[in-house]
Amino acid sequence: MSDKEKLFSKKNLQLLKDPLDDNNPISVQVLGICSALAITVKLEPAIVMSISVLFVVTASNVIVSLLRNFIPNRIRIIVQLVIVAALVILVDQVLKAYAYDVSKQLSVFVGLIITNCIVMGRLEAFALANGPWKSFLDGIGNSFGYALILVIVAFLRELLGSGKLFGIQIIPQFFYDNGYQNNGFMLLSPMALIVVGMLIWAQRARNKKLIEK
Amino acid sequence: MDRNSNAYTFIFAVALVVIVAAVLAFTATSLKPLQDNNVRNEKMQNILTTLNITSEKSEIESNFNLYIKQQIALKSDGTIDANVNAFTIDLKKEIKKPLNEQRFPLYVAEKDGKTFYIVPLFGSGLWDAIWGYIALDADKNTIVGAVFDHKGETPGLGAEINQQWFGDLFIGKKILKDANQGFTSEGNFVSVKVVKGGTPDDNLHGVDGISGGTITSDAVSKMVQERLSNYLLYFQNN
Amino acid sequence: MELANLFVKSIFIENMIFAYFLGMCSYLAVSKTVKTGVGLGAAVIFVLTITLPINYLLDNYILRQGALAWLGTEYVEIDLSFLSFILFIAVIASMVQLVEMIVERFAPALYSELGIFLPLIAVNCAILGGSLFMQQKDFSTITEATVYGFGSGIGWLLAIVAIAAIREKIAYSNVPAPLKGLGITFIITGLMAIGFMSFMGIKL
Repeated sequence: MSDKEKLFSKKNLQLLKDPLDDNNPISVQVLGICSALAITVKLEPAIVMSISVLFVVTASNVIVSLLRNFIPNRIRIIVQLVIVAALVILVDQVLKAYAYDVSKQLSVFVGLIITNCIVMGRLEAFALANGPWKSFLDGIGNSFGYALILVIVAFLRELLGSGKLFGIQIIPQFFYDNGYQNNGFMLLSPMALIVVGMLIWAQRARNKKLIEK
Repeated sequence: MDRNSNAYTFIFAVALVVIVAAVLAFTATSLKPLQDNNVRNEKMQNILTTLNITSEKSEIESNFNLYIKQQIALKSDGTIDANVNAFTIDLKKEIKKPLNEQRFPLYVAEKDGKTFYIVPLFGSGLWDAIWGYIALDADKNTIVGAVFDHKGETPGLGAEINQQWFGDLFIGKKILKDANQGFTSEGNFVSVKVVKGGTPDDNLHGVDGISGGTITSDAVSKMVQERLSNYLLYFQNN
Repeated sequence: MELANLFVKSIFIENMIFAYFLGMCSYLAVSKTVKTGVGLGAAVIFVLTITLPINYLLDNYILRQGALAWLGTEYVEIDLSFLSFILFIAVIASMVQLVEMIVERFAPALYSELGIFLPLIAVNCAILGGSLFMQQKDFSTITEATVYGFGSGIGWLLAIVAIAAIREKIAYSNVPAPLKGLGITFIITGLMAIGFMSFMGIKL
């Protein structure tokens, strides 16, 4: 039983590690892409978004898992939505108060965490059937899997698109003097999709068992 | 208790709603002052930036009060409406009203003993709203600074208008064709246009457009022209 | 004219999928055949067109600052906009449920076509996104909000049908193994989005 298991038993660690690669929420489970791509032009909003998702996924996983024996089955979905929406509002309010600039850049995409399929997907698939500690780990693992992709995409787009990271010039002036140009194309939203497509390609080429038939 | 009974479902729903509402109402009300302050600070900082004044977050308010001497709300006939607080005017809402009901905010600043006039701008860009502030010299003709911002112009193209270099292009440009003639004489107000494909440095009424951002550039031209034209009567009479 | 402009804009220029990537999850999951794509697309149009006007009313008469003025002058200062996420999603979820029941009762044939897609829609980002964009765009009439919802829905249908058609074809092509399925779909969608960018700036 889970009570007797050690806190970081092998099985529990697996919950953390799996979503990073074999079961990555974005590139394998295909969840939560909606809000992921529009905010990856720069690293900073991508990281803030990842932290927000980390908070919402983990907290809602734990709350739903604690309540799982009390939630009436008929209104299950609505109850989950209300909990998630409440958490997202908290995040939104805090961002507006303490990180105003970033919250402006994220605009409606903070609100869209509510319908980020990662959140609902993990609640339905995991938290409703498992204890709080496991759900907590599952939440952390999945949001790191999500953050991983987001950060890689944002890193590539900001570096190649504007030669900067976190808004600081990285590509030295010397390169520009010798004819280097920022690839403005990377800043356009369709490139996010193509970059993710490439990442999936790279991941599956390495991890053959993920290849679709 | 039966988890599928109506009574249980109902009680659960009510309890959930009450708890959630309480938590949210509490956070929202306690964070509200901070949020409002952020919005105020941003607006003040934008106005000050046109005069090249940058300040730490904590100093914005005191700097604003130090430099901005007057905040006036103008009517469309160029007279001052003393009943309206210029700072609270929301241009987005104002623009939708009929012209004679609109009020036009104007900030009069003093820096190093000189007077400057700062006009807020608002218009629609390619995708969404664009806005900004433009500062005029004491002659109300020469531009001494401009800042622009946008909600969702194309990144890397139209979105560049919020960069400092773009605002700086406006410095030194004139809004009148002939400074010796009045603001209201026919054809004398030419504004400053953002020109596609660039313009020579000595063109006093044009700045270089952003390549690939033609529609946003045009929108900026239109916004500057449209907003400034509402102030001509006041400029003429004062 | 304004409305026609808004309609065209919401279909092509501000396409939910190609410009904002909203509703990607179901877009990727349900676009394997054209038939299911059309089904889900129709459901999205339906729900967007219903929920946007309702949320518009909520936003303008309850949520935003000053919206409660119709109750009396003492309520003018109240700002409930922090509740908008939760109210919007509640409206969407309950509307989906309602639509499901009505369709099941009165149009069983349609239900067997659409039925399985409806529950998916409550968590489709495009629906909530529609409401949030509506709030941000600050439409002045309820008609505008409805037209925007309808147009966005059509845009979404267009996108999913197009990609489904391509996927049906590409199943026979020799795509590198690791790129099969998800990978190539992402890349195709990206290319289509670049194509859609050429609609930018079109005005009627």
